[in-house]
Amino acid sequence: MKELLMGNEAVACGALAAGVQVVAGYPGTPSTEALETVAKRKPDGVYVEWSINEKAGAEVAAGAAYAGARSMVTMKQMGLNVASDPIMCVNYVGVKGGMVIYVADDPGPISSQTEQDTRSWGQFAKIPVLDCTSPEQAFEQVQAAFELSEAKSMPVILRSTTRVCHACSVIDVPEFVPPEPVEGFVKDKKWVIFPGLSYQNKKKIFARESELAKTFSENGMNTIAGTGKIGIACGGIAAAYTADAIQGHEDQFTVFTVNTPYPFPIQAARQFVDQVDTVLAFEELDPYIEDHLAAMGVDVIGKRSGAVPEAGELSAVVVAGIIEKQTGLSLDLHPTNLPESPALPVRPPVLCAGCPHRGAFYAVKKAMRGRKIIALGDIGCYTLGNAMPLDMVDTCLCMGAGVTMAQGLNHVDPSTVNFAFIGDSTFFASGITGAINGVYNQADIVLVILDNSTTAMTGHQPHPGTGVTMMGERVEPVSIESVLRGAGVTSVRTVDPLDLDEAVPAIQAAADEKGVRAIIFKSPCIAIVPKQGIAEVDQDACIGCKHCINELGCPAITMMETENGLKAVIDPALCTGCGLCNQICPKHCMEVKG
Amino acid sequence: MKSALLCGVGGQGTVLASRIIAQAAMNSGRQARTAETIGMAQRGGAVVSHVRIGETPEERVTSPLIPDGQADVLIGFEPGEAARNLKALKPDGIVIVNRRAIVPVTASLGKSGYDGETVLKWLEANAAHCFVVDGDRAAQACGSEKVLNVVLTGALAETGAMGLSFEGIKQAMIRRVKPAFVEMNKKALALGAKMVRR
Ligand SMILES: Cc1ncc(C[n+]2csc(CCOP(=O)(O)OP(=O)(O)O)c2C)c(N)n1
Ligand code: SF4
Ligand code: SF4
Repeated sequence: MKELLMGNEAVACGALAAGVQVVAGYPGTPSTEALETVAKRKPDGVYVEWSINEKAGAEVAAGAAYAGARSMVTMKQMGLNVASDPIMCVNYVGVKGGMVIYVADDPGPISSQTEQDTRSWGQFAKIPVLDCTSPEQAFEQVQAAFELSEAKSMPVILRSTTRVCHACSVIDVPEFVPPEPVEGFVKDKKWVIFPGLSYQNKKKIFARESELAKTFSENGMNTIAGTGKIGIACGGIAAAYTADAIQGHEDQFTVFTVNTPYPFPIQAARQFVDQVDTVLAFEELDPYIEDHLAAMGVDVIGKRSGAVPEAGELSAVVVAGIIEKQTGLSLDLHPTNLPESPALPVRPPVLCAGCPHRGAFYAVKKAMRGRKIIALGDIGCYTLGNAMPLDMVDTCLCMGAGVTMAQGLNHVDPSTVNFAFIGDSTFFASGITGAINGVYNQADIVLVILDNSTTAMTGHQPHPGTGVTMMGERVEPVSIESVLRGAGVTSVRTVDPLDLDEAVPAIQAAADEKGVRAIIFKSPCIAIVPKQGIAEVDQDACIGCKHCINELGCPAITMMETENGLKAVIDPALCTGCGLCNQICPKHCMEVKG
Repeated sequence: MKSALLCGVGGQGTVLASRIIAQAAMNSGRQARTAETIGMAQRGGAVVSHVRIGETPEERVTSPLIPDGQADVLIGFEPGEAARNLKALKPDGIVIVNRRAIVPVTASLGKSGYDGETVLKWLEANAAHCFVVDGDRAAQACGSEKVLNVVLTGALAETGAMGLSFEGIKQAMIRRVKPAFVEMNKKALALGAKMVRR
């Protein structure tokens, strides 16, 4: 049936159409919906899980592929860093069932720490990479990836980017049938990685590179369109931008779309280069195609020549502008000229009204007023605690880094109290090792676990602490407190971050202790529970001091000029009745009702 | 090709609106593409949804993102966001903008004023056709502020700017919302249409 599918949904449906049997992954924008769609639409016989992190997910998928099943692991590009160890190694061992590693890159970056390029990573790891230009093509590519992986007993990376992952197209989706039963694991020396085996397999991997480059040049996966003398080499969403930019002038151009970045289709590239006079390269992230063409001795107008922006996203207008400038042609897309607009507010993302993280940050800030602290942040909604007025995130690096960086800082300067804030999902993904490291090495830190019972930032996925699985089972939740105590953390306090009278003394007591001590702030994300009520401002009592806004920055509160002076107003649609504002209001005039 | 850009603040429901429009095009056998902001920016940040559809079943839609100056219609769920995205509109394009300004925390904290009414005047001065509508009131009249997205979709349907019939958009809406909310959303579409009827 024809359906409007998002790129990630298309990847999921393509994988199900290809008979995938095991899908694992860890959430991360822009990849998340792929695994969620598998869970929603899978036929009987398909197993799906949110793994504890990407490394675990890749290993689960590898195990399934050793047994002959088709398997897929999904992640964002940052996750590939975490999963590098197993993925790099499984390429040397090989697989029996097809194994696809779906990685979503994030040019911009829009929701990520880095602008890394999985095409370059695939080349480094010597694992074939298929790229996606649109949802409908992604639907085909994932099926091709399974075929290729199984035919050559090697893992294959399917790579897409945000604008493909989150774009929708009309796709004809087949009925999914349960996967065929597989043989199961057959014992063999080849499954045990040893230096000698890796030496032998490295030779095969090397030979495979040129063989696949030839196949990819001849099998139609990479396309050369047009007969014009201006050559454009592109890949991913830049192919769509190029199509828009040259619309109406196609006869001037020959467009080479690289859909198999690694191994690079050299013969096809040669054919393209031979039929044009000029070569421009349009691609986001690394100058990957550009560098491969340059290595063939081609003069390329691209990022290295300074013509194409080296960072951030491209657009059709940017592409058109570069073509005009470099070729003298006149195209139809141009930037719009408008008179200057009145002042528009910047609108960065903020912690929701009623977010328990706001209470946690505010409580630590209040408890530690006048003392030297470092607030180490981490990855999640709580990174937004960096914004004014909370201003409680001094560092943020990568998942789990805060816990261990706090230790490094402590070894250099023991005079500050180092608070490492970490979300519950992040704690399970990569905080536990850091906590044990601190216990073992006698570090002096306050570990603050922001337990909101979900993986909020990426769209509220369950995790081990929630006791819900992607197969729909209810299981015994893993207790963070027990994990900490088992790891040797003897000081553990569980408190409600929205109750300042309880939270502030608990923080002060923990701050005065030594070693690794933990505070678990337990209160659910507002998106997963009903509202507590709605705070109402007693207009007669409000003195318009703005203390609530200046201290908390809750987006539900604004100030309004009335005939009785400046008054706080609360947006009833946003307020969840968390009660924080009333606790800090000098007049306590913001009582929660209902 | 017909293009609509929908913009607003995370949580206002631009995604459902863009999917309804694309679904309506698909139901009439045409090509449709959308591109939406999903992720970090959803927490009260600025969000944009692009919808591009073919005018005939044969017409190919090149890319999901609307280049500057190519949108036939701009639906602003919030005045400031409409102004920020006006550059996407064709010179003779239509703006439908919801009147209520949403003041972000950054503006509440600082002294920098953000005045929705001034922004609306600028939009009216710089767009060939501009409809300023009180979508929130219409949504409340339907029983929930959450149906603002469908109210504004109703307004779009009435303008005919995407070459889609009102009935086609209504059927697409019925496919996209939970059965329990269909009646409320039918009312929202109708009220939205009424707001721009001249
Ligand atoms: C290695 C890696 N994997 C995944 C992500 C994507 N990601 C961003 S935040 C986050 C988890 C947030 O959950 P939690 O720690 O519970 O904090 P919350 O958002 O709920 O406050 C994830 C998985 C990432 N940035 N890096
Ligand atoms: S109770 Fe106060 S702080 Fe909490 S959500 Fe409502 S307005 Fe914001
Ligand atoms: S989604 Fe949940 S955790 Fe994230 S900012 Fe909102 S309330 Fe906080």
